[in-house]
Amino acid sequence: MATGAFADRGADLELIGIQKRFPGFTAIEHLDLVIPAGSFFALLGPSGCGKTTTLRLVAGLEEPTGGRILIGGQDVTGQKAYQRPVNTVFQSYALFPHMTVLENVAFGLRRRKIADAVAKAHEALRLVELDHLAARKPVQLSGGQQQRVALARAIVNRPALLLLDEPLGALDLKLRRQMQLELKTIQEEVGLTFLHVTHDQEEAMTMADTIAVMNKGRIEQMGTPELLYELPRTAFVANFLGQSNLFTGAVVGETSTSIAVDVAGRSIVVPKARSHRHAGDVTVGVRPEKITLHRQKPEPDSAHNIIGPGRVTDVSFTGVSTQYLVTVPGVGTIIVFEQNRSFGPVEGEGDEVWMTWNVEHGFGLDDDPAGPDPKFVADTTTKSIAAQRRAALVTELEEA
Amino acid sequence: MAFAAFSSTAAPPTDAPPRRRSKVALLLLLPGILYLVLFFLAPLVSLILTSLQAPTEFGDIGMYSYAFRWENYVAVVEQYWPHILRSFGYAIVATVLALAFSYPLAYFIGVTARKWPLLQSLMLVLVIAPFFISFLLRTLAWKQILSDESFLVTSLKAVSLLAPDAHLTGTAFSVIFGLTYNFIPFMTLPLYTTLERLDLRYLEAGNDLYASGFHTFRTVTIPLSMPGIVAGTLLTFIPAAGDYINASRDFLGGADTQMIGNVIEANFLVLLNYPAAAALSIILMTVILVIVGVYVKRSGTEELL
Repeated sequence: MATGAFADRGADLELIGIQKRFPGFTAIEHLDLVIPAGSFFALLGPSGCGKTTTLRLVAGLEEPTGGRILIGGQDVTGQKAYQRPVNTVFQSYALFPHMTVLENVAFGLRRRKIADAVAKAHEALRLVELDHLAARKPVQLSGGQQQRVALARAIVNRPALLLLDEPLGALDLKLRRQMQLELKTIQEEVGLTFLHVTHDQEEAMTMADTIAVMNKGRIEQMGTPELLYELPRTAFVANFLGQSNLFTGAVVGETSTSIAVDVAGRSIVVPKARSHRHAGDVTVGVRPEKITLHRQKPEPDSAHNIIGPGRVTDVSFTGVSTQYLVTVPGVGTIIVFEQNRSFGPVEGEGDEVWMTWNVEHGFGLDDDPAGPDPKFVADTTTKSIAAQRRAALVTELEEA
Repeated sequence: MAFAAFSSTAAPPTDAPPRRRSKVALLLLLPGILYLVLFFLAPLVSLILTSLQAPTEFGDIGMYSYAFRWENYVAVVEQYWPHILRSFGYAIVATVLALAFSYPLAYFIGVTARKWPLLQSLMLVLVIAPFFISFLLRTLAWKQILSDESFLVTSLKAVSLLAPDAHLTGTAFSVIFGLTYNFIPFMTLPLYTTLERLDLRYLEAGNDLYASGFHTFRTVTIPLSMPGIVAGTLLTFIPAAGDYINASRDFLGGADTQMIGNVIEANFLVLLNYPAAAALSIILMTVILVIVGVYVKRSGTEELL
């Protein structure tokens, strides 16, 4: 590790065949990942999916059971944590309790013998708006302030690679937004590479250029937030990133550009370009906000899929939109988000409705419905529901 | 009216907790206060008075009457300054040695062995186990081990690591050895309690911020374990400075290793020079208080304690 100077730019991070086993369980099955220099990369997944372990492996706090880690093309697998050009914002902050805020922030600079450590530490504290508390001890700060100090302590070193372990969890909404913006600005200014680990899909989507969704020690899908949302590859992604309506059935028709899937006697058309599988049993889906509700049976139309009639079983008004649950015999319950263009909910509970959506908005998953685990079953663990609820609440608060 | 305006601010704030002069609280404090007065304050006053006594005119040996003979202090310092210096020298060396032995041990039990609670408890038991045998017996056992006819000494002489006419007992080595040995548990236990609470994430943060294992130890682990270091060194240094068992001729000491404790003992029990013994006790106490005060102040652990 070079002393006396900052990294002038971010570095690539490359994980090759990484595997991590702990006594009793495997945290990471097999992980290949390339994060280009200067990107803001988010690892998104539920707790226990292996994302924090990945971060700790990169930081050098854990040793991989197998595989190699390259930072800026240099193999760091055998290097100790203090030798790696990496800094971490810990989830627990881990601020040294016996040092003042300023000493905490200057710690890394002093170790690397960088000139003007104190001035640079003050500058970093100004960035997180805490310079006036520089002489305090961490215990005298609130949780949010401690988190900002932890951020300053890492950023001040201008590492080639900055690791963020759920760094904004304890902040209130306004500060969170501010810090997200701040992080984005720093990242763009300095061109550092950020690796951000979070279970908060909203945070990942607003901040990251690229998101990798992790589940059970593997990466389910990787791509831009738009791609992941509009074209999820697996049922896990479709349900972890927002909500989806998924239908499973056999392919019964095929044209040069689309496939038709039989779902309880109805035909649902999905473009071939947006579907990973084109034959046999497939799972197709559509996002709730893409669906339009109709009081009368709409005229069949080649550009739209029609499902109905169904009964509205639940209406919840969320301000900017209304969430309907519609039960269709033989198909199941379908979630529909309608924007509140007029006042209040349009449909009432028990109404008979038809649903349509543009054929172009559907997507076909890569999961094999006959595969070993029924992946198209929605993730209904309390944790994921809680996470989704919270995300929904955050969106609502923001727009209110 | 001006007075009315002042009176409202002068009145005590209403949200202050009501001062309840409960008789129960006083009653509960009484036994403790009585105990302190009876067994601490009274002997201390008596000791100070004794230290200023003068020999009774035409009296027998050991007969003294109350006076204000401050020259007693000058006399004992003149006579016993080598013993005073030796006491603090031995105590400091023994404390440093005990710290050097105990820190790695306490670190191992409190940090490394965290993953194996059984090993942790077993090692703690081993640290405490010596307490089950009398302090005197253990020291006597060491006298046997270090004696001239012992296997250890004959072996050392056989391989010429020890001169043929050398001894281990009765030397500064054996006294410091005895002090270190006897007070190690008092050092290890407080160190263990602080190290056991040490949050390893601070060490990870240190490593992440470019500090190697050694630097992290110096800049993070040591400062965070300061409360244990201070408590352990005090618990070792204070009794070691006043100890008279290890340095006694009946145990590990000899004529040249007498400490202030031995001198006090001899003056009280053999020479019957009570004022000298009392003056030495007060000097010992004062010097310890000053050293401890400066030490606690300098180590800056008031807020960590």
